[in-house]
Amino acid sequence: MSAQASIIEPVAFDVDAVRRDFPILSREVHGQKLVFLDSAASAQKPRQVLDAERHIYEHEYANVHRGIHYLSQVCTDRMEAAREKVRAFLNAGSEKEIVFTRNATESINLVAASWGRTFLNEGDEIVISEMEHHSNIIPWQFLRDEKGIVLRIAPVGDEGEFLMDDFAGLLNERTKLVAITHMSNVLGTIVPVKDVVRMAHDAGAKVLLDGAQAVTHIPVDVKDLDCDFYVFSGHKLYGPSGIGVLYAKEALLDAMPPYMGGGEMIRSVTFEKAEWADLPYKFEAGTPAIAQSVGLGAAVDYVTGLGLDAIGAHEADLLTYANQRLSSIDGLKLIGTAPGKSSVVSFTMDCAHPHDIGTLVDRAGVAIRVGHHCAQPLMDRMGVAATARASFGLYNTRAEVDVLTRALEGVREFFG
Amino acid sequence: MFDELRELYQEVILDHGKSPRNFRAIADARYHAHGHNPMCGDQLEVFVVTDDGGRIADVSFVGKGCAISVASASLMTEILRGKTVDEARRMFDGFHEMCTTGADDPLAELPEEDADRLQVLSGVREFPMRVKCATLAWHTMNAATKGIDEISTDDGLGAG
Ligand SMILES: Cc1ncc(COP(=O)(O)O)c(C=O)c1O
Repeated sequence: MSAQASIIEPVAFDVDAVRRDFPILSREVHGQKLVFLDSAASAQKPRQVLDAERHIYEHEYANVHRGIHYLSQVCTDRMEAAREKVRAFLNAGSEKEIVFTRNATESINLVAASWGRTFLNEGDEIVISEMEHHSNIIPWQFLRDEKGIVLRIAPVGDEGEFLMDDFAGLLNERTKLVAITHMSNVLGTIVPVKDVVRMAHDAGAKVLLDGAQAVTHIPVDVKDLDCDFYVFSGHKLYGPSGIGVLYAKEALLDAMPPYMGGGEMIRSVTFEKAEWADLPYKFEAGTPAIAQSVGLGAAVDYVTGLGLDAIGAHEADLLTYANQRLSSIDGLKLIGTAPGKSSVVSFTMDCAHPHDIGTLVDRAGVAIRVGHHCAQPLMDRMGVAATARASFGLYNTRAEVDVLTRALEGVREFFG
Repeated sequence: MFDELRELYQEVILDHGKSPRNFRAIADARYHAHGHNPMCGDQLEVFVVTDDGGRIADVSFVGKGCAISVASASLMTEILRGKTVDEARRMFDGFHEMCTTGADDPLAELPEEDADRLQVLSGVREFPMRVKCATLAWHTMNAATKGIDEISTDDGLGAG
């Protein structure tokens, strides 16, 4: 055990130092040390992100892209620097391809409303998967109802694995878009998206990847993946809420009409017509989330500073340990055991409903998510009404897995 | 562990949660509705049979839920038998008020025995997120008696 542990225990990753960056982690809940295992819903923020936002408000704040005064210029530079950080983070070819939105949900809606309405027609097909978050289902249902397109659903297996052959069988000459999660927020399954993209492109379809979960755990290179759209939210990546990202290939953005109209997104306006601003501003109507974008830039710096490989190794260790500890609890069933999955652990217990589990472990200071996780079709597929979900981020520890395990043993005794 | 939660999960609740009473469907029930709590995925169906005098002759439920919602449904079926539909609706109002406002007096009008039985669920006041669990069966019963087939406790907000 010890020899093995020393191999899987990441040495380069100093989790104690990392934890000191997150002020909230030292607080208590119900008189117990907070054990925050709900980062998949939204992650906590390091001091570096808080400081960046605070700094801009205290020293540099003004509206962007419009003033010629000093602060407006500084603030514009800060925001554009953040965009460059996001570009580098995704390895996109150009900053023009990075559109700031409110969150992953808005990014997907933007693609559906702008690209979908313009380029899809009745009878065209969109392939999504059984493990999509509602935000990657509903916008396509809107489009289906409006345009008469057809939604096809790629199934998942009993372990929560993405079934490549079944997916391949759904592709045909009518397939115009494949909109698939890069990583399931319920099962932790990582979808082999590079293969998905290749196969979809062979069929002549575009590909949107929902990276809301994936970007926090694995390095993403949109050039290497060759995806057409990639979306994520700042708040799950240890950044602020209210800021999200849409990456799209420049040629697509060029061809797409604006999503919203207003200030920022025009070059010239008369009452007869308007000319759109250059990319990416064409898609950024109105005053943007200025400080939040700068906060997101700081979050990207933070995560890349630690290194997604090191973070991933640390989280993989936590996942292995959690699987081992939780499996030892009588009557606990893991939901989502696909090989190569990431550090989200859904489970049910035969003695207690997820909601009761959540209320109990909360008393032990443990924050987990319970419910359907905005993925009701997936709940149906896995044959459960709800699950409890512990999700592990870069600041979690094996000791916290132990606290969770003890709390769940307590649940067993309580309801047993 | 969790001793401070005994107030919420009283013995009666644990018992009814584990072995719900009147847990069965009734074919051809006079009143019937589906209740759904989207926040936790709980689904209940409530069946109410009335006799010629308008009294509840039989009442039952089926479905899935947490300990609180199942126990509440189970207790409800025991309490409603023999009541008129009007009385049942008034009990719903009183029970709902007890759960949401924390006041005890909403139950004052009820027969003491019924009030005592409903009282065991008063612990949910301290847990705003759990009030809907306790009231789901009652909402569903109330809807059923008004001829509404389906109710939902809310619209299921939340990020994943
Ligand atoms: C896989 C996945 N997609 C999309 C979303 C939506 O993210 P947001 O609510 O930030 O738009 C989430 C999280 O809620 C998610 O987990």
